[in-house]
Amino acid sequence: MITQAILARLDLRGRLFLGAILAALILVPVLNLVVPSGSPLHVPTWLVSLLGKYLCYAILALALDLVWGYCGILSLGHGAFFALGGYAMGMYLMRQIGTRGVYGHPVLPDFMVFLNWKELPWFWYGFDMFPFALLMVFLAPGILAFVFGWFAFRSRVTGVYLSIITQALTYALMLAFFRNDMGFGGNNGLTDFKDIAGFPVQAQGTRVALFALTLIALAGCYILARAIVTSKAGKVLVAIRDAESRTRFLGFRVERYKLFVFTLSAMMAGLAGALYVPQVGIINPSEFAPGNSIEVVIWVAVGGRGTLVGAAIGAVLVNFAKTTFTTGALAPYWLFALGALFVLTTLYMPKGVIGTYAEWREKRREKASLAAHAASKPAE
Amino acid sequence: MNLPVTSFLLYLDGVSVAFDGFRAINSLALTILPGEMRAIIGPNGAGKTTMMDIITGKTKPDTGDVLFNGSVDLTRLDEAAIANLGIGRKFQKPTVFDMHSVEDNLRLALKADRRVFTTLFWKDNESEREKINRILATIRLEHLREASAANLSHGQKQWLEIGMLLAQDPKLLLVDEPVAGMTDAETEATAHLLKEIAKDHSVIVVEHDMAFVRELGVKVTVLHEGSVLAEGPLDTVSADPRVIEVYLGR
Amino acid sequence: MRIIRLPLTALRRLASCLFLGLFLLNGVQMQGAQAGPLEDAAALFAKDSFTDTARAIELLADSGAAHAGPAIEALNDRRLFVAADQTVYFRDATGAFIALISGAKLPAEPTGGTGVRVNNRIRSSINTALGTLTLQAPDPAKRRAAAEAVFKSRSPDSETALQAAIRNEKIAAIRDIQQTALAAIIATSPNRSDIDRLAAIEVLKERGDREALTPLNQIPDSAGANVKDAAKAAAQTITNRLATWSAVQNAWYGVSLGSVLLLAAIGLAITFGVMGIINMAHGEMVMIGAYATFIIQEIIRQNAPGLFEYSLAIAIPAAFLIAGTIGIAMERLVIRHLYGRPLETLLATWGISLILMQATRTLFGPTNREVGAPAFMSGSFRIGLIDITYGRVWIVGFALVVFFAVLALLRFTPLGLQMRAVTQNRRMAASMGIRTARVDALTFGLGSGIAGLAGVALSQIDNVSPNLGQSYIIDSFMVVVFGGVGNLWGTLVAALSLGIANKFLEPFAGAVLGKIALLVFIILFIQKRPRGLFALKGRAVEQ
Repeated sequence: MITQAILARLDLRGRLFLGAILAALILVPVLNLVVPSGSPLHVPTWLVSLLGKYLCYAILALALDLVWGYCGILSLGHGAFFALGGYAMGMYLMRQIGTRGVYGHPVLPDFMVFLNWKELPWFWYGFDMFPFALLMVFLAPGILAFVFGWFAFRSRVTGVYLSIITQALTYALMLAFFRNDMGFGGNNGLTDFKDIAGFPVQAQGTRVALFALTLIALAGCYILARAIVTSKAGKVLVAIRDAESRTRFLGFRVERYKLFVFTLSAMMAGLAGALYVPQVGIINPSEFAPGNSIEVVIWVAVGGRGTLVGAAIGAVLVNFAKTTFTTGALAPYWLFALGALFVLTTLYMPKGVIGTYAEWREKRREKASLAAHAASKPAE
Repeated sequence: MNLPVTSFLLYLDGVSVAFDGFRAINSLALTILPGEMRAIIGPNGAGKTTMMDIITGKTKPDTGDVLFNGSVDLTRLDEAAIANLGIGRKFQKPTVFDMHSVEDNLRLALKADRRVFTTLFWKDNESEREKINRILATIRLEHLREASAANLSHGQKQWLEIGMLLAQDPKLLLVDEPVAGMTDAETEATAHLLKEIAKDHSVIVVEHDMAFVRELGVKVTVLHEGSVLAEGPLDTVSADPRVIEVYLGR
Repeated sequence: MRIIRLPLTALRRLASCLFLGLFLLNGVQMQGAQAGPLEDAAALFAKDSFTDTARAIELLADSGAAHAGPAIEALNDRRLFVAADQTVYFRDATGAFIALISGAKLPAEPTGGTGVRVNNRIRSSINTALGTLTLQAPDPAKRRAAAEAVFKSRSPDSETALQAAIRNEKIAAIRDIQQTALAAIIATSPNRSDIDRLAAIEVLKERGDREALTPLNQIPDSAGANVKDAAKAAAQTITNRLATWSAVQNAWYGVSLGSVLLLAAIGLAITFGVMGIINMAHGEMVMIGAYATFIIQEIIRQNAPGLFEYSLAIAIPAAFLIAGTIGIAMERLVIRHLYGRPLETLLATWGISLILMQATRTLFGPTNREVGAPAFMSGSFRIGLIDITYGRVWIVGFALVVFFAVLALLRFTPLGLQMRAVTQNRRMAASMGIRTARVDALTFGLGSGIAGLAGVALSQIDNVSPNLGQSYIIDSFMVVVFGGVGNLWGTLVAALSLGIANKFLEPFAGAVLGKIALLVFIILFIQKRPRGLFALKGRAVEQ
């Protein structure tokens, strides 16, 4: 029933996308766990984690595409929601270290002992429980997005103004999290994790499981986003994107729609961050850096804004390129390449890979039908 | 709801608004009866569009009363709330949702619960489809149901927008220059359509086209420099020497 | 002018007469001694009894001889010797042997030299003597430092030396410090008359800075109640004065920060405010201006070091042209194609900023580059209790000059007229024969060039590194948005008020929290007034 309902909402592109996710869900764990490490088909564990990282970025890009591609809200602060989700997970992982820390304190994480703190700050309470931490993964970014959006959308801050203040938001958070007395580990952030839900973070099995979870989360987020954009509410979002004031005159409360989609998107970003942290093993304030958030935008733009699948593909493509570049001799030129990507995409490929491809196919089909038309004419 | 203060559907009195010292609307008084159709004319800068902005909540007046349905103070509400009260607006420049199909444009406009979670879980249903079909027939766009609104001609967009007004089923329609850029035949058809609509709605039409206003055959209000210069049947106001001087004479 | 100048010259003449008189008086006293203090001191050292040594130290210290100081230090280290022929000599820091009486270098160490003995009493005399010597050192800077040191230590041992120094001091400013030092000693040491103490408190109150508070809070219990009250009142006066001056200082720092923000934001006010282009590479234009200054200084350093004083004057047009040219190239190549698509412009210019940053990193390396300050910008002067550096004054002045120049340019020049025409109604301007594309390019070039100017100023106060621009871009946007887009006066007011607010918040909240608080404030402010402090109103705005 549910599968049918889901499939009904999907176009061909979406089915292919979910098919690819399903294939990866089976193939990657098999190639890692079953195929012996000597075989050329073996996928090493580090690669699994790297792919997992890309997939977290794909979820983040999907979240941004939901607000930017469909509602026209260009958030330059989605990195903040990602990082907040990451910190929520990081706090859970810190509490799991227990007495295995350098200072061996049963409750306080190492950095607090180092700072000579005597007791746990109130906002760290409850993070030793996984369900609570999971709740906070969604609530922390969600509440921030709700409060921020409530103010911003109600007073109709739009366009580049909104972009700039979202950037200021993540910048302010970065400054705050860099401070030691904020109680989030300051400069160094949270790291040296040991266990997640009872499993050792570094273990091969855990890593593969995290990868699989990330894939499932990506699929879930995609289906959710797809359901939203194909619903009537999705049509309202597009209407807001294209003619906000007209939508308002039709009686839609634009600010509520924006608030809904912005908050939901922030929660998705938080989930992406929470999956990211155990796979890369660290979260620190540089995740809040404004540059990071803008990079997410370019993933979406490269893949194709307003296509969902494109956003996810763009995230994986750009980050694959980044890894290739920055680990080789070309490392100093990565920023040139990234900068050029920004300029060239906006100038020559505003619809991104998926959008441009769809357009090209459309044109070819039209041409074909024209040709067929022309061919049938003389026969008449 | 408060007790009605007036029996008018729309009641404006002493309304003024200034932008950086320029008085766009200057103690304007205007009343519309339920079921009435009114044409508003005036030279450029007379304050016609600003008046519509005030009624629909886009602009807040500095002073003055704007009452709807006898008791609702429109100056305290925003655009969405006013739209949901039953005031629909068609813009001077046709604004439809280009990325949506003609059908979806009408679907969005259709009178329905506008809250986020109802639209999120909305399902296609027969009664809605029937209403849309009826409107499509009225605005003669049945053959373009699936077409993207961006591909419509100027006149078709004007009609689609009127169709969206119909779908909203408002108590009061504000129509800004509905026949701008239309052919004579289209103009005539539009006048016919508006008269049809006026049978069970109140309508305010802002128009430059005198032939069109004459075609409508309704009471005319002449605006000048943000206030009412003359009011009455078209023949009477067009004979008014002040009106001739500021508007028709030019 | 005349009226003022006359009494001034008269005063100056009077002052020089007085100095001359004092100098002569001193000279007479010194010549009055019979055999000369150095001979007497040598004779006393030769006796090598503690009492005579102490007396010799005093004579030596008062002699005013250039080698008196080294000689006493030598005694302290047991490097002062009496030779078999009773010649008194010492080994100086370089290892040479110097005769005490003549101060001349000896060809070889005299034979049979025995070191003059010292004990604790002698050591304390040595310290006092050394204090006296520095208190009366020939170098005024040393004298000033010595007097400040005594003021801080408030050691009663220095009192005699201080009094001697006060008698001999010819520079009024140093004498003031010496007198407050003496007052601090009198006020804090026991066994003084209340009258002396009251006078001392008065002197301390006169000085009126934070250091003067310490002795006022350390009046001994033996002092009379009226003395204690006077000290308390004086301390209160000083505290109030300090508070006032610290506010003044904060305001000045704020103005100074505000002028930096203003410089960074004026260019943005043109590109973003007037043209509506959101240029994320604006910060990099600032960075380019700073590097242009660096290049100019390098060229001057290598080819014409004499021109260094003028390096900034040369850098100003150079930075303007370089940044302006890059700006025009950006506009022609990229931004032109994105008009009417602000979000895409934002992304493309961000890409350009990455490229420019990386290019700078490749060309000049990732580390900070040294940009020197010409002499006229270094140093400081004192107003009341605050020090103001000339560099900051120049930057504030420069920011205002640039601001008014831009204002005048927009208002009074044909280019300014065309810019305003194009931004208000592009099509109308085009039909009037204005080449809008050229005006766009020039306007953007102007905005970028001004960013380059900001870079020249920032090179004086900030690290010149590839990341320089990044630290200003968000702040500049905040200034422009806060001030109201399209309004240069708004930018001025916003820059100064944000600068001052920042500096007044810092003492309470710390630098980082203060900044966060301001960001949050602006975020909230934009919600309330989305179009800034000085917003345009009306129908035109939304169309």
